[in-house]
Amino acid sequence: MHPAYSVIFFTTASGAGYGLLFWLSLAQLFGQMPGGRWFGFFAIALALLLITAGLLSSTLHLGRPERAIGAFSQWRSSWLSREGVAAVVTYVPAGLLALFYLFGISSGLAPVLGALAAIGAVATVYCTGMIYGSLRTIRQWNHPLVPYIYLAFAGSTGAILFGFLASLIGAASIGLLIATLFLIGLGTSLKIAYWKAVDADPGQYTREMALGLPQLGKARPLDPPHSTPNFVMREMGYSVARNHAAKLRKIVMACLMIAPVLLVILALLAPLDGLWMLLAVVAAGIGIVTERWLFFAEAEHVSQLFYGAERA
Amino acid sequence: MSSKEPQIDHSPEVSDEIKKTTCYMCACRCGIDVHLKDGKVRYIEGNRDHPVNKGVLCGKGASGIMQHYSPARLQSPLKRVGPRGSGQFEAISWDEALETATEWLGTVRKTDPKKLAFFTGRDQSQSLTGFWAMQYGTPNFAAHGGFCSVNMAAGGLYTFGGAFWEFGDPDWERTKYFMLFGVAEDHASNPIKMGIGKLKENGAKMVSINPVRTGYNAVADEWVGIRPGTDALFVGALIHEMFRTQQIDLDYLIRYTNAPWLVIEDPGAADDGLFARDEDGEALVCDPKSGEFFSHKDKSITPALTGARTLPDGRTARPVFELMAERYLEPEYAPDAVSEATGIPAEQITRIAAELAHVAFKEEITIDQPWTDAWGRKHDKMIGRPVSMHAMRGISAHSNGFQTCRMIHILQILLGSIDCPGGFRYKPPYPKQTPPNLLPHGAIQDIKPELPLGGPHLGFPHGPQHLLIDDEGNPNRIDKAFSWDAPISAHGLMHMVINNAAKKDPYGIEVLFLYMANMAWNSSMNVPGTLDALTAKDENGDYVIPKIIYVDSYYSETVPFADLILPDTTYLERYDCISLLDRPISEADMVADSIRHPVVQPDRDVRGFQEVLIDLAGRLKLPKFTNEDGSPKYPGGYPDYIVNHERKPGIGPLAGWRGKDGDKFGVGDVNPNQLNKYIENGAFHEHKIDPEFAFFRHANRGYLDWGIEKGIRMSAEATVFQLYSEPLQRFRLAARGHGDRQPPERAKDRIEKHFDPLPFWYAPLEESLVSEDEFPLHAITQRPMHMYHSWGSQNAWLRQITAQNRLYIHRSVGEKIGAVDDDWVWLKSHLGRIKCQVRLMDGVNPHTVWTWNAIGKRRGAWGLDDDAPESNQGFLLNHLISELLPEREGGYRYSNSDPITGQAAWFDLRVSIAKADVEAGVTEPFFEPLGNATQPASPTKLAYGADFRKVDA
Amino acid sequence: MTSLPEPTSKKLGLVIDLDICVGCQSCATSCKEWNTGGYSAPLSDHDPYGADPSGAWLNRIHSYEFGEGPEAKTVHFPRSCLHCEEPDCVTVCPTGASYKRAEDGIVLVNPDTCIGCKLCSWACPYGAREYDYDDGVMKKCTLCVDRIYNENLPEEDRVPACVRSCPTGARAFGDLGDPDSDVSRSVAEREGFNLLEEFGYKPVNKYLPPRKAQVPTQAPEKQPEQVAAPNGTAIEKLFSWVDKTLS
Ligand SMILES: Nc1nc2c(c(=O)[nH]1)N[C@H]1C(S)=C(S)[C@@H](COP(=O)(O)OP(=O)(O)OC[C@H]3O[C@@H](n4cnc5c(=O)[nH]c(N)nc54)[C@H](O)[C@@H]3O)O[C@H]1N2
Ligand SMILES: Nc1nc2c(c(=O)[nH]1)N[C@H]1C(S)=C(S)[C@@H](COP(=O)(O)OP(=O)(O)OC[C@H]3O[C@@H](n4cnc5c(=O)[nH]c(N)nc54)[C@H](O)[C@@H]3O)O[C@H]1N2
Ligand code: SF4
Ligand code: SF4
Ligand code: SF4
Ligand code: SF4
Ligand code: SF4
Ligand SMILES: [Mo]
Repeated sequence: MHPAYSVIFFTTASGAGYGLLFWLSLAQLFGQMPGGRWFGFFAIALALLLITAGLLSSTLHLGRPERAIGAFSQWRSSWLSREGVAAVVTYVPAGLLALFYLFGISSGLAPVLGALAAIGAVATVYCTGMIYGSLRTIRQWNHPLVPYIYLAFAGSTGAILFGFLASLIGAASIGLLIATLFLIGLGTSLKIAYWKAVDADPGQYTREMALGLPQLGKARPLDPPHSTPNFVMREMGYSVARNHAAKLRKIVMACLMIAPVLLVILALLAPLDGLWMLLAVVAAGIGIVTERWLFFAEAEHVSQLFYGAERA
Repeated sequence: MSSKEPQIDHSPEVSDEIKKTTCYMCACRCGIDVHLKDGKVRYIEGNRDHPVNKGVLCGKGASGIMQHYSPARLQSPLKRVGPRGSGQFEAISWDEALETATEWLGTVRKTDPKKLAFFTGRDQSQSLTGFWAMQYGTPNFAAHGGFCSVNMAAGGLYTFGGAFWEFGDPDWERTKYFMLFGVAEDHASNPIKMGIGKLKENGAKMVSINPVRTGYNAVADEWVGIRPGTDALFVGALIHEMFRTQQIDLDYLIRYTNAPWLVIEDPGAADDGLFARDEDGEALVCDPKSGEFFSHKDKSITPALTGARTLPDGRTARPVFELMAERYLEPEYAPDAVSEATGIPAEQITRIAAELAHVAFKEEITIDQPWTDAWGRKHDKMIGRPVSMHAMRGISAHSNGFQTCRMIHILQILLGSIDCPGGFRYKPPYPKQTPPNLLPHGAIQDIKPELPLGGPHLGFPHGPQHLLIDDEGNPNRIDKAFSWDAPISAHGLMHMVINNAAKKDPYGIEVLFLYMANMAWNSSMNVPGTLDALTAKDENGDYVIPKIIYVDSYYSETVPFADLILPDTTYLERYDCISLLDRPISEADMVADSIRHPVVQPDRDVRGFQEVLIDLAGRLKLPKFTNEDGSPKYPGGYPDYIVNHERKPGIGPLAGWRGKDGDKFGVGDVNPNQLNKYIENGAFHEHKIDPEFAFFRHANRGYLDWGIEKGIRMSAEATVFQLYSEPLQRFRLAARGHGDRQPPERAKDRIEKHFDPLPFWYAPLEESLVSEDEFPLHAITQRPMHMYHSWGSQNAWLRQITAQNRLYIHRSVGEKIGAVDDDWVWLKSHLGRIKCQVRLMDGVNPHTVWTWNAIGKRRGAWGLDDDAPESNQGFLLNHLISELLPEREGGYRYSNSDPITGQAAWFDLRVSIAKADVEAGVTEPFFEPLGNATQPASPTKLAYGADFRKVDA
Repeated sequence: MTSLPEPTSKKLGLVIDLDICVGCQSCATSCKEWNTGGYSAPLSDHDPYGADPSGAWLNRIHSYEFGEGPEAKTVHFPRSCLHCEEPDCVTVCPTGASYKRAEDGIVLVNPDTCIGCKLCSWACPYGAREYDYDDGVMKKCTLCVDRIYNENLPEEDRVPACVRSCPTGARAFGDLGDPDSDVSRSVAEREGFNLLEEFGYKPVNKYLPPRKAQVPTQAPEKQPEQVAAPNGTAIEKLFSWVDKTLS
């Protein structure tokens, strides 16, 4: 699949944003928000900013952004619609929470809002994951782990961000950092399990099945319909060389998994935790973008069976 | 959420107006309904009532919109201001353009009319262009048939008075066994497709003989992947089998062919190999019972097919049948013997022969339709042998194509399947006589300033006496047609004109006038050589071809090489006439002709060429275009001419709605309302043929008489199939030293060998002249169904389908040279080399490589950007095909053509292949971009039709 | 409407006969031609005269080679939307622009509400949807919904443009939900099949496979007439046969 930058930016930025929002909401819910009123406000605002930037980028890259409002209508069947609804709904508690912080309002409602925002964040990211996870046309996406990997990486990148923000005011808590390590570990193991699974699966559909003429023997493409690439070939036919993908996977391992773990541990144990956490943010940023790029680039679409792929 | 579906308009207005005319995205000439909306073309679909396409359309026809609105369209007349090839032009007015042309042409006509060479390409107005050239008085006129398919036309016309080419069709409805030789698309583009559909529906068997398995050949029930140039061996072996297993329609042979005619056997005599004839010149046959000789026209006896006879003058003569049996029963035509050369297993040949015979003789069909034969004998039914064949350029574009084509016809005739139910059917005005009674005109002594030619340029020589040569035996025509180089070149040799003119061989010319032929590119052999010829200069620095006038609608590769451009309209903007005098649209059971008429008006300064030609004729005061008082005869231009011109009394360009009241067909007075009648009827006229005249028209009394009455036949006598072709023997006798016109020494062996009166196989000339080891592969082209020569690449839709071509090679060839899909290779011929990309496939003869024709384009042409794939990866085989045969000791280089008809031998090409050491790249040779400053910029985006929707909303 | 309609009895679709299709592209270009001015007009083209021409097409023709040796075949293969009975291309759509009509099963995109998110094209295993970069909406085969019921067209022309133009007759249009329709009958007779049956979208369009060669009963080789020259050469045998036949 063609790795469109708007979508990569959207899923990674809003993923991190929702992750951050999730942690902030939990912190709020359990009264563990570090710093004072301003931290709470800015942190939630940052989360919402990331979310909004992501959503805007994906909206602006629609063919007809002016009609985007229609995308909320089909929540009963469409994960994309559900994601939109969840995203919008999540703005309400999250926004209110931010306002509470901004105006220093303390209310019995706050924990409720926190709980709702946390649930909203999880739901939204789950929906994002399911947009891909539900597509049976792409075996690399249609894997049960996909939404959970989305969740885990949203959680870990959000946590790293949270840790970094907290460290800025010298309030990084051990609990948070351990939770971060846990989520990185979870994301890593899920992703490795996922890679193993998709690598082992040669694809259950063959060119012969697509053409429906197995009785004629092995099929070989002779002429494509058009001599220069069309939309389907551009969008669905993107493929990345195997060894290149292997290299990129290593970068994902290094930046999204190993480096953050080491940096978080350093932040836990060594001075200059702000610096380590900043590096962790940068590494995780590189890692998650690469992970997302690969998620697209390695995805093989069944339609390519008509265009030369042997299996998918 | 509600689950209400949007209400959509199921019945939008499709168009404001439908105009019916004739398609011209190719020469098939289908009827089209042009839907117009807001003054633009909304949609083009097939005309359901039309005899040619009955409503369907091909891929090109359905893309007419993009052809019509092409950015490559010319805008106005142009005058060259830079050097030839630079593309530097100045737009001029029509007045200036016509005055210039008149001056150039007028001067030549007043001095030496042969110094005009007027050659036309893909047009369908030869009855006008030829007539114009006749009136002008130059011998140098032909259309493109000589490089296209004259082998098919001549092969058929010299054998049975019709031809595969556009003159007949398989009986698609009834045939049970269909053999398709060397066809990828052909002129009958839609009819063949509809026919194949019908065959499939009826459960007929289709066998394709073709080195490549794509298109029609892919849907055949059996694919025979023959090695190019060897079809006459394959067919010869089928004939061998027919003789060996005695599966021949003897009745049919006796009735309709010269099988019983007696051939004189008197080696050394001037009439050796000619027919024994009576005092009236009628060929003799022998009654086996009495041993007496009769004219072949005497149908009271059953003549002998075998046995040597002693003629009254004491000499021996033998029937044609016996000579044929001897020839084809020779071991060289046995399936075993041809198997290796053709690449077809002997068992397959034997089986196909048995299947053919079975269907012809065991599955015969009868129609209960009484009819009377040419000799007055009544028959109560029509008996059909439901075997049919069709062949085209896979046969004709080889230098042995004429004889191969004849060989196929012989097989059809032995099976009794010409113009019978289920067999091959003529399309009127065919059949003609064999050969047709039309002789070439243009002998040099007849060419006089300001005098018209005595008759039409092109014809069918019966012997050396009809050649157009001077006393020394040198050609009269610039293309050397009807000379010893190509005696039966019934369509001229357009492919030689430019090169001969540049070499002044046989003489120099003053004006080259070309119409609708992309001679500076895909329709020439040896493109680099042709470009040199177009730009060659003499000692004084003047162009050797001093003036070039060219008529095109688009900015093709040829436009920049002309001095004066007369821009034509598109097919939707002009009148055209598809006439019985020319290449009509008749189907087997109807006589039909058609017109085009303007369905939209030009939005620029262009004019229909026929209009221009008639204007020029008036200015030049050509006799039949001028009244006695010197005023132009057709002031109303082309429509005026179509309606009012009479070639003979009562016979004009259109056959329908003649007579004052429009109630006459074929022959009748001029009807001023004729064009309106055509337009009302969907731009065509059809006249259904009486069922009694539907078959055996070569010898169907009723049809023959009716044909005379309607002006579509010259002779009421039967057309007798010439299994043995006497005209060929006459040329041979000349080569043996008989008669007052003998070929020059160098040509004697060539004539002796090739002018065999019985078809035979010989190796294509290039193959016989180059080394097999050096050039082990055949290289051929195929027409893509969705592209018409060079026209398609300017079409925004069609070029998306094929913007670049590949060289298709057999998987084993790929393995041998270590090439995989998209690798670059060098392809080399005796003329040069090209670089191109390959694609591997299985369905191709392993000794053959091929590509789609005419996809490669030169930068600067056709409104395409310089980085278009057509000119960077697309390529032409034409750069490798020489217009001359390889040099041999002796010096004289013959044209790379069939030695009999002069048909260009495009598919004789032999090549070697090697992997090129490049990763990516561009094709070679890579030509300089042509200048095109007078053309508008091409759009970078199209959203055709967007406005139609807004109008609905 | 995002969800699929209750299964309806009417299932309009196409039947494509791979035994007859010669790959002429007529159905592809006539589709483009009709639809660029039709229901979801235009079908835009980019770089139409340049290095990388491409555009939205609703019907495309592939060709493939199959098998080895004498049994090998080349097959031309038109491919457009199959109007599946249970396709995710409809359910994934966030706006409801993509829908399957309850009345006849046609799968359509509403060009006025599509936001161009492309998700439906991702959900189509057949690559049958094409995004129009210029128009910003998804385009797909409409089964010529603006022709088949169009009262401004003569009755016989109320068929899809591609069916109307196909010169070989390889394309047929009809109700595949009606077992007695011509299309259903030919599917039954010719063992019509689904593309990628295993995927489970239940395409309505069907394909007919290439037929086995029609081989006429082979003529038993004619026994040479053993009259005059029983042991003669082929020529002698032929001539004695001719003499006998003509006498
Ligand atoms: N290698 C190879 N070469 C071949 C062949 C092959 O099989 N292989 N085939 C040969 C054969 S059979 C043929 S017939 C030739 C064909 O070759 P050409 O006769 O050259 O055919 P086109 O390329 O179509 O060029 C015709 C010209 O007509 C112009 N034209 C189009 N429409 C109109 C119109 O309405 N009015 C006017 N005035 N001009 C118009 C086009 O712009 C173009 O410049 O190619 C030959 N060349
Ligand atoms: N779409 C489209 N239609 C056209 C044209 C076009 O350009 N495009 N051009 C028109 C013109 S001008 C012409 S002349 C006709 C020509 O129509 P076709 O005769 O169909 O011409 P080609 O495409 O050259 O096809 C030649 C076929 O012969 C095969 N072949 C080559 N050598 C041999 C051989 O030795 N033996 C056998 N058995 N087969 C062989 C090739 O593989 C190819 O399939 O088409 C006309 N129709
Ligand atoms: S075959 Fe196609 S291009 Fe040729 S005349 Fe017919 S519709 Fe037009
Ligand atoms: S129009 Fe008919 S024959 Fe041509 S490609 Fe389409 S289905 Fe095949
Ligand atoms: S073919 Fe594709 S676009 Fe058409 S209904 Fe099926 S899934 Fe949807
Ligand atoms: S591109 Fe349009 S039709 Fe497709 S899913 Fe998105 S909104 Fe729906
Ligand atoms: S039914 Fe209409 S929209 Fe669909 S492929 Fe055929 S012509 Fe195109
Ligand atoms: Mo031709």
